[in-house]
Amino acid sequence: MPLALRVAQSLSEAAGILAADPRVTLLSGGTLVMRDVNEGRLTDGTLLRVTDPAWRQMQVSGSRIELGAAVTMAAILANRELAFLHAAARAVGGPAIRNMATIGGNLFAGTPYGDFAVALLALDAQVMVLAGYGSARAVPLEEFLAGRARGESRLVAGIQFNRPVAPGDFRFLKVSRVKPKGLSVLSIAAHLPGSGSRIGQARVAYGAMAPLPFRARGVERALEGKALDAAGIAAARAAALEGVQPVTDAIASDWYRREVLPVHLGRLLAERG
Amino acid sequence: MAKVPVQFRLNGSDRAAFADPADNLLTVLRRGLNDFGPKYGCGQGTCGTCSVLIDGELRLACLTLAASCEGASIETVSGMADGPSLHPLQNAFMEHFAAQCGFCTPGMLTAAKALLDRNPNPGREDVIDAIAGNICRCTGYEPIIQAILAAARTLPAQRRS
Repeated sequence: MPLALRVAQSLSEAAGILAADPRVTLLSGGTLVMRDVNEGRLTDGTLLRVTDPAWRQMQVSGSRIELGAAVTMAAILANRELAFLHAAARAVGGPAIRNMATIGGNLFAGTPYGDFAVALLALDAQVMVLAGYGSARAVPLEEFLAGRARGESRLVAGIQFNRPVAPGDFRFLKVSRVKPKGLSVLSIAAHLPGSGSRIGQARVAYGAMAPLPFRARGVERALEGKALDAAGIAAARAAALEGVQPVTDAIASDWYRREVLPVHLGRLLAERG
Repeated sequence: MAKVPVQFRLNGSDRAAFADPADNLLTVLRRGLNDFGPKYGCGQGTCGTCSVLIDGELRLACLTLAASCEGASIETVSGMADGPSLHPLQNAFMEHFAAQCGFCTPGMLTAAKALLDRNPNPGREDVIDAIAGNICRCTGYEPIIQAILAAARTLPAQRRS
């Protein structure tokens, strides 16, 4: 039985279809799902397209940013209000992929993909989830990623997070061997409120250092109340490897990833905000 | 499985085809509409040789659901030349030996056109960024970069005429 196609006009209709049938796969930008179709990993069931314009909406003017899940990396890059996210959006693919790949889809990308989700994790993003008909529920991104790893199937309507107070408070780094487009050796996102003086409530997230993007809580604790001076950065570096479980793949060995992570973390923290 | 009808503009002509529900656009272009310009390379978004412009935006035809292109305007490398007159990018690719085996060329030309459509005066870094999603295993990229920069230099004069 080959793949069928359904089209949902609204997000709630799509969520209902998804909840009712585990063999339905939601299609967003297509860069992950169509790849699975082309490679023969997805051969039966139903593809679900959503044409609801709300899925692409962006509210970026205030301090609370709300993005529809089908907002593309190119749309992020075209928006000056989101300049702090441009490095993370540029980390995804080449120009054609960025015109297609969506921020919601990035939450479903397996390591070493999913660099944008790392940035969202450091922003304490909330995922607006629709599980069947009804209104969207806010789920912390970390919890959402853990649920995804358990195989939960829910529709991501949008993503919300607070704008960093100062642009220099948010930093993102992707390390790759091929430039400008290459897979991640690792990526690091850091939200450092108070980076000009004393840091409070730091958020640091890693990509490609574990099966899922994850929060570097050891680094966050080490930075609490510190300045970004030599002592503060040394404390962060000392805690850099807490909880990491990097894989060995074609890009780098787990040993290499452990060796270089503290170096790159130190450089990212030493950047002038 | 019932076929789904798809209609769109392809290089300025209205075209229609029947597609399997999960067909990608590249399959419909090549098998359904005999446009063999865009190539099937990797099927996973790595190589870029299936690049097309959909409503002016650079996209990968192999990762685009054909059914989602209903009513769109699609440009492929096959529509770049105007009859016997090659596009300035195509001439520049010949003059600068930017095509060797030729498999990446449809994607390179399309990505370059997407760049020049929006930035007629690109710098070297802009060109490198623009073709970052296209893999070439022959040329080492330098002749391609030079060709795109050379084509950009000829464009303003042509646009004035």
